[in-house]
Amino acid sequence: MDRELKTTPALLYIDGLTVSFDGFRALNGLSLAVEPGEMRAIIGPNGAGKTTMMDVVTGKTRPDAGEVVFDGRHELTRLDEAEIAELGIGRKFQKPTVFETHTVEDNLRLALKSDRRPRATLFWRESAHERECLDGLLHTIRLVPLRERIAGSLSHGQKQWLEIGMLLAQEPKLLLVDEPVAGMTDAETRQTVDLLREINRDRTVIVVEHDMAFVRELGVKVTVLHEGAVLAEGSIDQVSHNERVVEVYLGR
Amino acid sequence: MTGSRARMLDRGATVFLLLVAAAGILVPALNLLLAPSSAWHVPTYLVALWGKYACYALLALSIDLIWGYCGILSLGHGAFFAVGGYAMGMYLMRQIGTRGVYAHPILPDFMVFLNWKELPVYWYGFQQFPYAALMVVLAPGLLALVFGWFAFRSRVTGVYFSIITQAMTFALMLGFFRNNFGFGGNNGLTDFKDILGFNVQAAPTRAALFSISCLALALGFIICRAVISSKYGMVLVAIRDAEARTRFLGYRVESYKLFVFVLSACMAGVAGALYVPQVGIINPSEFAPANSIEMVIWVAVGGRGTLTGAVVGALVVNYAKTVFTTGALAPYWLFVLGGLFIAVTLLLPRGIVGTIAQWFARGREALARGAAEPLARPAE
Repeated sequence: MDRELKTTPALLYIDGLTVSFDGFRALNGLSLAVEPGEMRAIIGPNGAGKTTMMDVVTGKTRPDAGEVVFDGRHELTRLDEAEIAELGIGRKFQKPTVFETHTVEDNLRLALKSDRRPRATLFWRESAHERECLDGLLHTIRLVPLRERIAGSLSHGQKQWLEIGMLLAQEPKLLLVDEPVAGMTDAETRQTVDLLREINRDRTVIVVEHDMAFVRELGVKVTVLHEGAVLAEGSIDQVSHNERVVEVYLGR
Repeated sequence: MTGSRARMLDRGATVFLLLVAAAGILVPALNLLLAPSSAWHVPTYLVALWGKYACYALLALSIDLIWGYCGILSLGHGAFFAVGGYAMGMYLMRQIGTRGVYAHPILPDFMVFLNWKELPVYWYGFQQFPYAALMVVLAPGLLALVFGWFAFRSRVTGVYFSIITQAMTFALMLGFFRNNFGFGGNNGLTDFKDILGFNVQAAPTRAALFSISCLALALGFIICRAVISSKYGMVLVAIRDAEARTRFLGYRVESYKLFVFVLSACMAGVAGALYVPQVGIINPSEFAPANSIEMVIWVAVGGRGTLTGAVVGALVVNYAKTVFTTGALAPYWLFVLGGLFIAVTLLLPRGIVGTIAQWFARGREALARGAAEPLARPAE
């Protein structure tokens, strides 16, 4: 790092982030801090900038202004996707994205923390430790009986869990989860709440979600985004009684 | 398309290698050891023709490696094939020596004809076989490295990548057509006499070239299998299926693509180098965009992402081409080729080998389901 960065206790510290696409300001001076070990829910109407924020944090989009500091040391806006992933930030997409023609096991195998360079993968042999991690992960995401199945043949909910499992396999410090329960059945949604809580025991999690019932069930601190900036922050009850939030969600 | 991870050598791969080895031994034996009157005798022209097919098969393998397993559709692979071919052609030209029309000890005929006084620097060293052999691999590899580095780093993918590979081979064709490029212009390189001291026209040389082509095909196949059965190969398929996901897992997608692209270009270069002495000529038409498209059709017909399919496709389409272009049907060959491509796309989207493999997989799955019903049932 060529310049002094702010020392902050936050695991993820976003300050004055601005991104525009062809004049449209997707993010407009967004500032946000997430503590280590926290689970944070981010809600907001369509176009509020939730996904753009994730894109910036994971290196997919470069911001026009502002900074994103990870772990008090790393300025993420200067790194690319692979470097950011190596630092320990995992991302779950809105639409479940797994490797459809690989088996469940191989999907996890690819995600397990390991040397990502081509040379290393060319001469890779599975270690006993990797085998153990794999079994543990399959257990966590409840897919042990389906380990040999082609991922493309899984149900929607199972794919979501597999993808979460792949994130865990990376052993990230921070997990970004984009609409994990979209399209899930009620039973699957409840299981996902449990899964996220389990994950949150040793990792920081940011969940972006539309489903208010799900956010209420999570019972964590909520940040409401609107037009690319933070509108309100607090418990779900606090924000759902905030007049501005009600106005934005229900229209004026 | 592949299912899950491939093992280094499964039954199909072993059978394939045995067949190639059998061809590499039997065909030259039947050509050289039997009298021409024998019913089993293989005439020399067929040895050369089949040798050409073996080169095409290796070329098809190289395309399948990147297209079938990593989703990189190169419509300019003919360029790497031709560059390898030119490297070999330059060696063969320098072997002609004083036997050329103008009998110049150093300059090839076309340079004397163009009134050139000395050999261009990039022709230096090509009289040495080891140097030429090195260039056969190095020149296409370097071209792919530079081209791929820019393309992959800028994240050019899909159809845009295909289009710029077409542009690359087209630009090279225009360049090689020019006399002042120093590669024989329009006529290319031809009138070869010797390779390593053996007459290129002689039956034993042709038989040896055929065997070497089969050996190269087998080696190429083994290299491809080794790559795709490693974790590297799993990453390639992952890139093909979900590139963004692979990136967010921390894999440097451009490095993965670049290595396999360069490897594929080197294989195509070797195929071109073995092709040239058997065909007796290399000229700029090998760079024609239509050629590169035809190669992709071989792979599609045989079955993308199966390796053996690429070989089968190259053999089937080229055999059909030989049949059609030598008879009364010659004017209709391009219609047949186009029709074949459409038919395969509509009726056999997995290609010949892919479809057969699918039948087998279904059969096995049905058996497995019978055995392990409670576990294998989908959860929906």
